[in-house]
Amino acid sequence: MSLLEVKNLGIHFGGLRAVDGFNVSIEQGSLYGLIGPNGAGKTTVFNLLTGVYQPTAGTFFLDGENLTGHSTMEISHRGIARTFQNIRLFTKMSVLDNVKVGLHRHVKYSLASGIFRLPSYFRDEQELNERARKLLEVFDLYGEKDFLASNLPYGKQRKLEIARALATSPKLLLLDEPAAGMNPNETAELMETIRFVRDEFNMTILLIEHDMKLVSGICEEITVLNFGQMLAQGKPSDVLNDPKVVVAYLGE
Amino acid sequence: MKQLLSKKNLFLLAVIAVIYAVLFALDAQGFFSRQAKALLVPIGINIILAVSLSLIVGFLGELSLGHAGFMSVGAYTGCMLTVNLDLPMYIELPLAMLMGGIVAAIFGVIIGIPALRLRGDYLAIVTLAFGEIIRSIFNNLSVVGGSGGLNGIPKYSNYTIVYIMLVITIIVITNLVNSRHGRAICSIRDNKIAAESMGIPVVYYKLLAFVVAAFFAGIAGVLYGHNLGILKPSTFDFNKSIEILVMVVMGGMGSIPGSVIAALLITVLPEILRGLQDYRMLIYAVVLIVMMLLNNNAKFNSFKQRVFSKKAKKQGADLAKEGE
Ligand SMILES: Nc1ncnc2c1ncn2[C@@H]1O[C@H](COP(=O)(O)OP(=O)(O)OP(=O)(O)O)[C@@H](O)[C@H]1O
Ligand SMILES: [Mg+2]
Repeated sequence: MSLLEVKNLGIHFGGLRAVDGFNVSIEQGSLYGLIGPNGAGKTTVFNLLTGVYQPTAGTFFLDGENLTGHSTMEISHRGIARTFQNIRLFTKMSVLDNVKVGLHRHVKYSLASGIFRLPSYFRDEQELNERARKLLEVFDLYGEKDFLASNLPYGKQRKLEIARALATSPKLLLLDEPAAGMNPNETAELMETIRFVRDEFNMTILLIEHDMKLVSGICEEITVLNFGQMLAQGKPSDVLNDPKVVVAYLGE
Repeated sequence: MKQLLSKKNLFLLAVIAVIYAVLFALDAQGFFSRQAKALLVPIGINIILAVSLSLIVGFLGELSLGHAGFMSVGAYTGCMLTVNLDLPMYIELPLAMLMGGIVAAIFGVIIGIPALRLRGDYLAIVTLAFGEIIRSIFNNLSVVGGSGGLNGIPKYSNYTIVYIMLVITIIVITNLVNSRHGRAICSIRDNKIAAESMGIPVVYYKLLAFVVAAFFAGIAGVLYGHNLGILKPSTFDFNKSIEILVMVVMGGMGSIPGSVIAALLITVLPEILRGLQDYRMLIYAVVLIVMMLLNNNAKFNSFKQRVFSKKAKKQGADLAKEGE
């Protein structure tokens, strides 16, 4: 049984079929790519898998559990975390606090503990700081832990989003164009980090990318979307040579 | 225990004690004129109101125009209790504050529920309507004296009690904000969708912010009633809510010390500048507009950070380095 099993998932906005008949199954520990031209429906797939949109057709399972129709919060609790194409950090909070929000459910002292500063507050805050430090160090962000998130340079904001998503201890991590706006050096470095995260945390990652070369470099399998439809699916080398895919990307 | 007795906390405790000692000594020396002394309790009450509202406006990021409503619910509950009970003050007053706070908190839930669905302007209108409805109910409720007011409330409030309550309010709200629960509240303000994606129970934390804020507003109301000895529905009108909001906004929204200072200024200034009484609402409006414009001004924000935060200074330097 694969970790993520998506069956015939679809949504339409009025007349527009943004995603239609989407099928995929992703094995535990794999790095999977989702590509396609602008407006193909990639982000919409993420919004469906995280309960931001409710599908008008189809179902999806994580670890055998049907998550269709669950709220965003419930899906997060069940183990899907994501980043956003248009970065959504907690801008007026520090870098450290951003990650600590991600850890919210994993170190839980009570409201009374927080207000009256009972011993569990100090113990748990220390654990929170420690766990947040480890995550920030993976992304080389610990030096900036006291910065406001909005004051980080763009590339680091993208990394902080990944760190924050990992803090929720997900089973599946969804990354929406993590390298957008980065220069080639930063991109190469980020891809290394993503591979490292997969190996280190034994994480399963579904990644949206525009750049086909980049995806084929690190993903074991990819799916190509075009106008909400699946165009091709399989090993990068096969898929990227598929004439249909070439046409969709380069035009007739 | 060790952490509770940290240097920082001992220092804070010392500051709290010194402020009180100074107040007490000045009072004992007959330093305060009658008018000045009469201001001490209202200052404290307004600080409690501003700090509690800042939890909703500054940290949860929702606009509430009904804080005077919560205050009045607490005030009437607490004062009805002391008027009808015949117990010593040291039992009656704490009981009144507790009940006033709890009943106001229940109204906090009732108002918090639409807050789950509504945002921004719509929620502001709901809270505004709530304040007005509560006021007209008290206006027409003969058990609590109707528009003539509730009379014969024992004058229990004094600056010692108010000082204790304001210290408790500040500590509770500061500690709340600096805990995992407070971080959850702030994350909703900064980005609701991201907060949900991080598994934050948004519903629970929105309600929590409203409940805690209403609880302390209720206590402030009880202290208010026991200061004047009479409660009139007309004191808890829209203007009062706006006044509290102005304190929070002037204090920089999301800054508790800022709210405290603004509450102090806004209570004291009109008394000093008697001649400006007539222009009070006009001045509030101007302050609101100016602060909103400034808060949304990038240059002013970076200026503020440079001035107020050492961290920001370091940050600025680091960023500059990176830019090179
Ligand atoms: N909430 C919505 N209401 C109406 N239409 C929507 C909504 N969300 C997405 N769409 C439409 O669905 C289509 C797919 O959008 P989506 O954002 O998923 O594309 P994408 O593949 O992520 O594109 P890009 O590469 O530009 O990020 C687009 O035509 C978009 O306009
Ligand atoms: Mg997209």
